[in-house]
Amino acid sequence: MSHSSMWGSISGIIRRDLLLAMRRWSDAAMSLFFLVIVVSLFPLGVGPEPAVLRTIAPGVLWVAALLTCLLSLARVFTPDYLDGVLEQMVLVPQPLSLLVLGKVLAHWVISGFPVVLLSPLLGLQFGLEGEALGVLVLSLLLGTPTLSMIGAIGAALVLGVRGSGLLVALLVLPLYVPVLIFGAGAVTSSVAGIGGEANLSLLGACLVLSLFLAPWATAAALRIALE
Amino acid sequence: MFYPLAGRLIPWFAAVAVLLMIVGLYMGFFVAPTDFQQGESYRIIFVHVPAAWMSMFLYVVMAIWAGVGMGLNARLSFMMAQAIAPTGAMFTFLALLTGAMWGKPTWGAWWVWDARLTSELILLFQYAGVMLLRTSIDDARRADRSSAVFALVGVVNVPIIYYSVQWWNTLHQGASVSMATGSKMAATMLMAMLIMTIAFWLYSIAVILARVRCVMVERESLPTWDEKPAAMSEAVEAR
Repeated sequence: MSHSSMWGSISGIIRRDLLLAMRRWSDAAMSLFFLVIVVSLFPLGVGPEPAVLRTIAPGVLWVAALLTCLLSLARVFTPDYLDGVLEQMVLVPQPLSLLVLGKVLAHWVISGFPVVLLSPLLGLQFGLEGEALGVLVLSLLLGTPTLSMIGAIGAALVLGVRGSGLLVALLVLPLYVPVLIFGAGAVTSSVAGIGGEANLSLLGACLVLSLFLAPWATAAALRIALE
Repeated sequence: MFYPLAGRLIPWFAAVAVLLMIVGLYMGFFVAPTDFQQGESYRIIFVHVPAAWMSMFLYVVMAIWAGVGMGLNARLSFMMAQAIAPTGAMFTFLALLTGAMWGKPTWGAWWVWDARLTSELILLFQYAGVMLLRTSIDDARRADRSSAVFALVGVVNVPIIYYSVQWWNTLHQGASVSMATGSKMAATMLMAMLIMTIAFWLYSIAVILARVRCVMVERESLPTWDEKPAAMSEAVEAR
């Protein structure tokens, strides 16, 4: 297959999914509101002490981003599964893993990228400032695509299974542990003044690894679910 | 073919496992010298360390069977993977439990976010994921293959988790008390630990073979559940 048609099939999927998401923008808005509410609950629960908030900020923001991504996973494949589009995707000559890559990238643009854009605001609520805010944005920018990649595997595995909402959380959250550690670690070490470069590099490594392996595993899981 | 062979082997594996467990525990609890730093409480490692080793080893074996099943489309491999998961989860839990029992007198706390304990905990979550994914899917073929994919994804992830947790740990609380008593461990201690590991290994084989037989009977009998039990077991024996 030529290079241009490969990109063409990916961008076609992305354009279609973005269009669908824009027609139903309330879905994406819901997950963002969820993020804001979850993050706002922590000061209410822990207390408004600025020093404490600054200490827990990286972990809270990252866990909230994790949960937001988790809740939007059902939207990656389920609508296409229900109306039969997914079966057509398995049948087309383009490799399924490429189409999956397109769908996952679209999912990240819809539900991951808004989290990145919103994060400086949430960071300010927790008293993060200057370099730490920048590192927070950067870590989420590198980390949230990995979350979408890994999450897609789980979403494909539980497609059409009863109780899939809870099951996908049980499957995916343990796999998110390294991303959480590196992401929150980058912000924490930046707050501590060590600089977050090492953690950010590891996040980048996770992203590259998941870009290579996850679409392939997701395609295998989709084939199993559709057979 | 496999079914009767497994049936004949189980008692042997079980008997040797029990024998070695008695020898290993005796050596561990009575023969091995008292640790001059930790006193008698260290003796839990004769259960803890072999259990932790087995928990990781069984996960890899499970993933290998899952991979073989995916590659060759062999049903027996999937059944092996299914049979290994509960035993692996049991050893993971045992390792966590004995780790807590060892941690209380040594660290002064039941639970410490030690790198190894934490990655054992996440390993337990992964075992739970494999088993729960299987039980949630009614179609046996899809259940086999889906949990195989998850087991294989997990086996890529386990080392990443281990190193990330280790690094996170050193970053957060500095060097905590390490469990490594160094390579200067007394020879009897090492011997007892190895014997316990082999005992656990043989025990796993016995239990897994027994469980695989149950899985076979369960699966073969499903389409003909209303037939007489005798005819059913004959059909299974013929395999």
